[in-house]
Amino acid sequence: MMSATASIRPDGAITSLQRSLSLAERRRKWRAFTLTLPLLVFLLLTFLVPIVALLKRAVENPEVATSLTRTVAALDKWDRSSEPPSAAFAAIVADLGAMTDRSEAGALARRLNSAVPGGRSLIMDAYKALPMSGTPDELKTQLITLDARWAELKYWQAIAKNGSRWTPDYLLASVDLRRDPNGSVERMPPDQQVFAGILARTFEISAAVTIACLLIGYPIAYWLSTLPARKANMLMILVLVPFWTSVLVRVAAWMVLLQSNGLVNRALMFLGITDHPLELLFNRTGVIIAMTHILLPYMILPLYSVMKAVPGTYVRAAVSMGSPPLAAFFRVYVPQTYAGVGAGVLLVFIISIGYYVTPALLGGADDQMLSYYIAHYTNVNINWGMACALGTVLLSATLVLYGLYRHISKSELSMG
Amino acid sequence: MRKTILAAVSMTACLALPTWAQQVTVVNFGGANANAQKKAYYDPFEAASHTKVVAVEYNGEQAKIKAMVETKKVTWDAVEVESPDLARGCEEGLFEQLDWSKIGAKTDFQPAAVHECGVGVFVWSTVMAYNADKIKERPTSWADFWDLKKFPGKRGMRKGARYNLEFALMADGVKPADVYKVLSTQAGADRAFNKLGELRSSIQWWEAGAQPPQLLVAGDVTLTTAYNGRIGAAQREGKALQVAWYGGIYDLDYWVIPKGAQNRDAAYNFIHFASTADAQAKYAEEISYGPTNKNALTKLQPKTLANLPTAPANARDSVQFNVKFWADQGETLEKRFASWVAQ
Repeated sequence: MMSATASIRPDGAITSLQRSLSLAERRRKWRAFTLTLPLLVFLLLTFLVPIVALLKRAVENPEVATSLTRTVAALDKWDRSSEPPSAAFAAIVADLGAMTDRSEAGALARRLNSAVPGGRSLIMDAYKALPMSGTPDELKTQLITLDARWAELKYWQAIAKNGSRWTPDYLLASVDLRRDPNGSVERMPPDQQVFAGILARTFEISAAVTIACLLIGYPIAYWLSTLPARKANMLMILVLVPFWTSVLVRVAAWMVLLQSNGLVNRALMFLGITDHPLELLFNRTGVIIAMTHILLPYMILPLYSVMKAVPGTYVRAAVSMGSPPLAAFFRVYVPQTYAGVGAGVLLVFIISIGYYVTPALLGGADDQMLSYYIAHYTNVNINWGMACALGTVLLSATLVLYGLYRHISKSELSMG
Repeated sequence: MRKTILAAVSMTACLALPTWAQQVTVVNFGGANANAQKKAYYDPFEAASHTKVVAVEYNGEQAKIKAMVETKKVTWDAVEVESPDLARGCEEGLFEQLDWSKIGAKTDFQPAAVHECGVGVFVWSTVMAYNADKIKERPTSWADFWDLKKFPGKRGMRKGARYNLEFALMADGVKPADVYKVLSTQAGADRAFNKLGELRSSIQWWEAGAQPPQLLVAGDVTLTTAYNGRIGAAQREGKALQVAWYGGIYDLDYWVIPKGAQNRDAAYNFIHFASTADAQAKYAEEISYGPTNKNALTKLQPKTLANLPTAPANARDSVQFNVKFWADQGETLEKRFASWVAQ
């Protein structure tokens, strides 16, 4: 009967059913897509666009290229080691004279100063001394009389080197490298080598905080997962309340607790553990203590959710087969929580390497992490190219770590 | 409907608030300084001009002004800035070129207070400070600050290279007047960092101006560098903190008007008011920072005068902060400092 119907019905009916099915399917997909559209737009605007802008700013170098066009052209054939041609002196006077307003000279002065210290006053003084006139040789003499530094090669080398719209300089500087006058890459002089050390320090502090969080968080999460739901929820609130409190408030609280006549030191002295106050504030110890406290929930929550799902039967089975309880715990239970450990460790480590407020307030001068210098270049030096280059370094470090984690665990980041 | 609501809202607003002819947003550095400004400048200015003063605090981030000027949404009208930011912002076109006829006679002011983009607010100084309750002998020079035998204990210093390099050179025997001449050479910078290295393990770094008095009172440090006004404020609270004025580095803060400020005229009125001798004298009575208007000095109590950086006895061996030097060398020296501190 069935086969008869199928043969009676024309082929068209089947295709039309297929078509309407696939149409419904497509419509469903579109609807789902439309529902996620706001999220996609949000992500694009608040996440991808700023990151692309950041990457762009780290290599952008418009100041010299746009405002010193004549000078850059005049220096094009220059060998960068002999005296620059007189035409270059005339060209820079013409370029400075053609600027529409002072802010253009100011921006150029700032850019050159970050390439060669002193470039700022050199440019601004020449700009203020305008107008100048004469033959190229006369202009050269005038400039050198105005400021003898115009005869020094390093300023001209900096102009020649920065003649293109894009530069690798900021990114190179963020890993302690630079270009010599001829454009080949070399190491920074020793007293200007900082960022490799700061990056290492950032990783060191983050690693210490992650280990501390794991050592403290694992037992707490385990204990919480073994309690009956009501008690566990109560205690979970104790974990979550500090989690919801502002970071600044918690940092201020640690300042009060850790100072030399603070609660912690007085307690230690009362217990006879030490006879003089320990230095817990404005050094590495203070930073690690406070960061561990602040980041602990990020370790406990993924661990707890994984541990909740681990059935107790395996450990009981191991013990019943003669394994000592401790061995059973480490060889049977712990491996089942690796997903939670991985997620917690990665989460805490990645949040740590971007930390700024806590080390800035509780650390000394040599406990500052990379973010501190990003803020410094943004707010104090107003060298946004350098700030973006350091941001790029931080971003790449995070991506590499995430890649490593994926490689090791061969799985997506699991939040339990 | 919307119109009625608007009308109702604006009517209630009118009923609830006193009628201000206009308003001006004034930005300051907060803390004791902000309180003194409120008493000496904001409240009297509101009463005299019917202009509402909206006070905003910031931490000297010029990046904020730069962002406002670049996006042409300037909500700040009169901003207090430090001298390096004045020079840099003026060069980069972030501030209005001032029309001094709207402010006052240039001759009434100290020469350093007159700038094409700014008017000096007050003179402040970075000095050595100590707690007279905790040490018997008085430190008198930067060599004493470096003398860990004579004055055992920690030293408080501002996190960064600025000021500390100058102090190190003075401790190494450079006369206050020659500090910047020496520091601008490579050998001079090396010498300053080496000298700073002698104290390395005893330094307690501070960041905010409020910290040094706290460190002294708590006994965390024996000697510290500090902003003189903060020590003055602690003295008023009855603390036995003292200033050693020798080799202090003085500098000025300035009023500027960001380019394109919405209430520019009101900002001019405010700056004019805050630069009068009477207002500045009142300010100096509230906090130990020196007036920039020369006529204000005659209106001060002798006791107040003795605590100001501008008092002749205090100013004798002091150094004026060299803005140009730090504008040129600051980025490199701060980077070198970051490298030095990690060694």
